[in-house]
Amino acid sequence: MSTGLTRRPGLTRRPGLGRLKAARAPLHLICLGFAVLVVLAALLAPWLSPNDPNAVDLGNALAGPSPDHLLGVDTAGRDTLSRLLLGARTSLLGPLGVVVFSTVAGIAVGLAAGWRGGRLDSVLSRSTELVFAFPGMLLAILIVSVYGEGLLAPVVALAIAYLPYVSRLTRSLVLAERTRPYVSAYQVQGHSAPQICLRHVLPNIAPIVLAQSAVNFGYALMDLAGLSFLGLGVPALTPDWGRMVFDGQTAIQHGYPLSAILPCALIVLTVVAFNVVGERWADQVARRSA
Amino acid sequence: MSFLRFAARRLVEMAVTLFGASFVVFGAMYLAPGSPASFLLSGRSASPAALQAINEQYHLDDPFLVRYFRWLGQVLQGDFGRSITYRTDVSELLADRLPATLLLVGMALVIVVVIGLALGRLGAVRGGATDSTILVTTTIALGTPSFVAAVLLQGLFAVELGWFPVGGVGDGFGDMLRHLALPALALALYLIGMLARVTRSAMLEALEGEHVTVARSRGVPEREVIRRHVFRNSLGTVLTTGGLIVSTLLVCTILVESAFSIGGIGQLLELSTTTKDFPTVQAISLIIVALFMTVNLIVDLLHPLVDPRVALGPRRSDA
Repeated sequence: MSTGLTRRPGLTRRPGLGRLKAARAPLHLICLGFAVLVVLAALLAPWLSPNDPNAVDLGNALAGPSPDHLLGVDTAGRDTLSRLLLGARTSLLGPLGVVVFSTVAGIAVGLAAGWRGGRLDSVLSRSTELVFAFPGMLLAILIVSVYGEGLLAPVVALAIAYLPYVSRLTRSLVLAERTRPYVSAYQVQGHSAPQICLRHVLPNIAPIVLAQSAVNFGYALMDLAGLSFLGLGVPALTPDWGRMVFDGQTAIQHGYPLSAILPCALIVLTVVAFNVVGERWADQVARRSA
Repeated sequence: MSFLRFAARRLVEMAVTLFGASFVVFGAMYLAPGSPASFLLSGRSASPAALQAINEQYHLDDPFLVRYFRWLGQVLQGDFGRSITYRTDVSELLADRLPATLLLVGMALVIVVVIGLALGRLGAVRGGATDSTILVTTTIALGTPSFVAAVLLQGLFAVELGWFPVGGVGDGFGDMLRHLALPALALALYLIGMLARVTRSAMLEALEGEHVTVARSRGVPEREVIRRHVFRNSLGTVLTTGGLIVSTLLVCTILVESAFSIGGIGQLLELSTTTKDFPTVQAISLIIVALFMTVNLIVDLLHPLVDPRVALGPRRSDA
């Protein structure tokens, strides 16, 4: 899992996923629809959820679906539907944080390395090599072992682990962009380097970099859910899909699989949806810039 | 560049990166809020004498770099210090637990290579409905984290059907294989999807080559064309994913071992992270990084042998 990205210049992609052709447009639309649905559910969770996600009712533990609890309850008698809805918030917010952090920092590093070149570039490239040696999840575990559980430490660690993918791409794009006439034109007109970078180079390379970030979202979701599964991610009481899979493992062993299968299914469907949408976007961007 | 010079160069590069990685692994402890001694005691209150002992055992009064190089020297001799939780040498803990993990990862690797290559090849050669089925299946596999696969497989095949044990490692080789079958499958699922995709697209690319048209027009049987001119040509590309596959296996084994309660280094890493047993976390992190880089090195060295068309040179430069 961690970062399933191959090392090659240009967009680092899930190998081969790029070949989903236009004939499969309905698949893409279904995925887009599902992704929107999950995001909406996460945004509206507090109003949609029928019960308190943390209300424990041990007498009613592992009960099946009923009018009170549409999707049943878990080993502690907590309402599964409410936990799924509120869990969508943490499960999406974490990866969003990773993607935003790694994109902003990656662009900054890539711009600096590509534009300035020279010693700064080689220092940054060496550090990139070093970060590549750590699988994202391992780096996150290392940081969590120092800072303790919580959402922030894993998000920052994963953002650092994903940063090189963005910065390397940005750097190569900036190198190509620098040689283009419009850059020299602005330089001749006396525009400052930061101004040219931010106002002219950045908008030109943004679609490709953002497509890369979209591709990273699915990976980050899987990594963070895995950390929660290990009990190293979100705090214990916060509803989270990865944590729900962990709790559901006991339910499965008692022969009541529903409270585990539902979060499992949601994780898989969400990752698949975001992957397909992200890859398609990356495809379109690649075709346009090719 | 001759092969030996290429190998030497890559070896040096790896040593440098590994050195940097060891620095990160060691330095991480000093990111913690508070003094290292209180971190090593992880909040437990200690008498001044015990604090003194900790300070001496970890040489906390020395400058940072002195401590780092002393630690590095010990690590190079296979001494990772003492576990805080288990109160034994970390190297002993690892020696106990490494075999289970290596067997699990090895089994998963075999499953990935056999099924992944077969599926990718099938999809590229057959096309049509077979290809679409494989595409959809691998898309789902690529969205399934290993712990989800572990929990679902465990629920279906161990709890519901009772075909396999629910967890543990078992005794004796045959029993171990039976215990590790489901975990290995859970570990392999995501990577089967990835390898099948890589193989498929590499073969499709090779299929478009002119040499394939030539071979076909000369009447070479289709099976031979696929085997010798398409599959063989795609192996170089497939090989480059080797490092990624092994690193993914090593990281995901943490999740799978904890789902199936297998006493390997993955579970040990999880336990020592929750108990803040830092020497153990350091050792396992370093081992995973080192294994990953070794595999990458082997892949880089094998690549020109598998695919003679690649030029020996500096690492596929990160343009």
